[in-house]
Amino acid sequence: MDQSKIRNFSIIAHIDHGKSTLADRILELTESVAIRDMEDQILDNMDLERERGITIKAHAVALNYKADDGEEYLFNLIDTPGHVDFNYEVSRSLAACEGAILVVDASQGIEAQTLANTYLAVDAGLEVLPVLNKIDLPSADPQRVANEIEDIIGLPAQDAPQISAKTGINIKAVLEKIAAEVPPPEGDPDAPLQALIFDSYYDSYRGVIAYVRIKEGTVHPGDTIKMMAVGSEFDVVECGLLRATSLEPKDSLKAGEVGYITASIKNVRDARVGDTITLKNNPAKQALPGYRAVQPMVFCGIYPADGAHYSDLRDALEKLQLNDAALTFEAETSVALGFGFRCGFLGLLHMEIIQERLEREHNLDIITTAPSVIYHITKTNGEKISIDNPTNYPDPANIAFAEEPITNAHIYSPNEYVGNIMELCQERRGVFKDMKYLDTTRVDIHYELPLNEIIYDFFDALKSRTKGYASFDYELMGYERSNLVKLDIMLNGEIVDALSFIIHADKAYSRARKMAEKLKEKIPRQLFEVPVQACIGGKIIARETVKALRKDVLAKCYGGDITRKKKLLEKQKEGKKRMRQLGTVEVPQEAFMSVLKLDE
Amino acid sequence: MDAIGMYIHVPFCLGKCPYCDFYSVYPDENLVKEYLGAVKTRIREYSLIYKRGIKTVYFGGGTPNLIGHKGISEILNEIKENFNTENTEEITVECNPNSVTEEFFTEVKKAGVNRISMGLQSANSGELKFLGRKHSAENVLNAVSFAKKAGIENISLDLMIGLENQTKEMLLNSVEFCALLDIPHISSYILKIEENTPFAKRNIVLPDEDASAELYLFVSKELEKRGYNQYEISNYSKEGMESRHNLVYWQGKEYLGIGPGAHSFMENKRFYYERDLKAFIEGAAIVDDGEGGDFEEFLMLNLRLKRGLIKKECAEKFIDGEILFNEALKKAKKIPDMYIETDSERIAITKEGFLISNTIISMLI
Repeated sequence: MDQSKIRNFSIIAHIDHGKSTLADRILELTESVAIRDMEDQILDNMDLERERGITIKAHAVALNYKADDGEEYLFNLIDTPGHVDFNYEVSRSLAACEGAILVVDASQGIEAQTLANTYLAVDAGLEVLPVLNKIDLPSADPQRVANEIEDIIGLPAQDAPQISAKTGINIKAVLEKIAAEVPPPEGDPDAPLQALIFDSYYDSYRGVIAYVRIKEGTVHPGDTIKMMAVGSEFDVVECGLLRATSLEPKDSLKAGEVGYITASIKNVRDARVGDTITLKNNPAKQALPGYRAVQPMVFCGIYPADGAHYSDLRDALEKLQLNDAALTFEAETSVALGFGFRCGFLGLLHMEIIQERLEREHNLDIITTAPSVIYHITKTNGEKISIDNPTNYPDPANIAFAEEPITNAHIYSPNEYVGNIMELCQERRGVFKDMKYLDTTRVDIHYELPLNEIIYDFFDALKSRTKGYASFDYELMGYERSNLVKLDIMLNGEIVDALSFIIHADKAYSRARKMAEKLKEKIPRQLFEVPVQACIGGKIIARETVKALRKDVLAKCYGGDITRKKKLLEKQKEGKKRMRQLGTVEVPQEAFMSVLKLDE
Repeated sequence: MDAIGMYIHVPFCLGKCPYCDFYSVYPDENLVKEYLGAVKTRIREYSLIYKRGIKTVYFGGGTPNLIGHKGISEILNEIKENFNTENTEEITVECNPNSVTEEFFTEVKKAGVNRISMGLQSANSGELKFLGRKHSAENVLNAVSFAKKAGIENISLDLMIGLENQTKEMLLNSVEFCALLDIPHISSYILKIEENTPFAKRNIVLPDEDASAELYLFVSKELEKRGYNQYEISNYSKEGMESRHNLVYWQGKEYLGIGPGAHSFMENKRFYYERDLKAFIEGAAIVDDGEGGDFEEFLMLNLRLKRGLIKKECAEKFIDGEILFNEALKKAKKIPDMYIETDSERIAITKEGFLISNTIISMLI
């Protein structure tokens, strides 16, 4: 393919602004998918992606387009994840492109994640083409939004195509703009190979399928390739184009092209996003910039609800990991919950996605413990340690100081909610940095927020306090010293390890009280009174009591309907099986989950 | 073969009490006639299948007195003609205190009825109003004296515990009312809001768990003071005046239930009639309710009784009864003394334990 006719671009949009729908329309218009195979949001092929309206994994598709200038173009559309948890993946996808379409809802305007991703695109040197979507809505105000794009991002937007991806209005204008304005890729097909991996997935027949953008050089089947960061080597089995519903093998992939490579790679860890593929025999002098090994930021324990399913859980995690290099897990045990795994995630959404996939795709009933971030502890003897599990928190007497991760957080919201948002951020120990008006009614509120305040239920709380209008984005800024304590929960005098967590001393008392109240509510009355106590280093700071059971009786024994009574008792017996026996106390599984959401 | 209990469900009421989920309809004259015919047919049919003596007969409702003394007599005669009733110990009719006459009692007595059960529920007019009952304590007083005049001394009254804003004083009134009338048997239920009743739709604030537990124990104490022995979770009697029919249920013995919504347990099978009078009249078949009579059921029923589960009886009834008893005994020993009493021959739930008997029984099965 003539390099000058290739256009590599991605689509940037906020959730629900119509990215996947626009992608659908583009696929239709370029006849890349037979109408009979067309289903909504074809690129979001995970159920979860369709349901949540989010893109979790990057996808890419090669499209042929005959433009009005009479030329035949090859478009490579790279669909990127839209969520802050996957910022790094987004940045690698963008690095594979020369252009980006910025889709903005013509009634809602710019949102936090749009802006964050647009800045990533601008920083990567991409040609950004604004598109105003949903102009069919009565509330659409394309002029206002165009002004907003110009004012806030500084992109000319007056001639931005005004489209409706839903109804198909004006989609062709977008394609024409891509052909005319996205620059063709550069790169020398004869130079040493530099291929950027921007995503990969595991196929049980062919091994890892690496999605690549060839920056320099050429790759052929049979070449021995080397992963420059990881260091592993493989022989290329196949390479080719990523078509909408299939892979299309080719003799080679050349500089400027986007496609796939298979090389009997057994593990996605050997084809890491951001790594550079080169040839073993004619290696590039250096790797492409921007690679980093992804590090989980949020951790939690995942346990099978029924201990007998421990190995099923391990198998499921292994399978998920095949396709998700960012997921980490290692075995851990809890006195309360038995055998399980300590799992690491990029962020909260990533954590929720994994939990849901375990439950839905693998049919597992799981219990998760409170999420934790990584704390840095410097001990009095000078030793520095990192803690992601409250169980490992050292004796306070041995701690010189502790540090916690802090984020730069931006919240975009209509100005009427500023008060609520600031209140929330103050509650979460936020430090106000500044506030900017995006236009006359919308603001960008900038806070420094401790990550451990975000990971509980910040997003839910933000949504409920802004009627869902606020959007939120954050990035890790660094570590700061913090007055942290470990809070333990005792039931009937015994610490329940799975309920311990690390928290700022100022927040400990109110959280302890809320937790004790919640547990009191969730733990059913038992044959004896159960004290629920929250304590820090043995000092009790909150107490509730689950009173002894007093009444649980079928007083009336009517006319011999014994079956009904029997069924009731059997149900009760079944219910007992679902309880966790902690010492002498029976605790329902939902008690463990309920303390994760205290802001209700 | 053992004599059995017979339960006749009389599905007629003049109105529906807002807490009641038993099946009943308005007693249209023709409907009553057809109902009586259907009951008699079933009695004849069953007599061909089950050649048993009748130990007890119980007319429950609904409001059995609405079929009149004639209706009661007709059914009893049919039973006598088709079953052996030589050793029948007890024939009970549930009555509504404000719709019975002296004549009714005299006539049913002649037909063989020797026990009357009435829903006093409360001796306080406010509580009766809350329950939507049309009668007054005075009605009950009159009905009791009619029954006694007719020669029926064995009378049971129902008392309701845990009504809205109920105090111990109010309950004491009701208890004393029964004691003064020298009623030999009292059933005392904790009010439970049943699904699909008017109470379930209203926003009723009943005493909480602790308060109703206190009221229950209070009633038990006050009744025992007055010579009533709590022989079952919700039942009290003067010596020797326990309800024979209810003991049939609780001792895992057999019974035949006739009428819409009535349940039966015969030859290890449980079955019942749908709650549908029309279908019953038209001869609807019984509904299979599965196997019954296993050890768990026997344990569950016997533990409702003060005397509890007896090892000897387990051994007699089940091949591995002794082993099963011992297993239950082992589990019972882990439960605190205040809730359960055990020795090598017997497991019994205490009064405090009765209040949480579901939990306790589910720990033993």
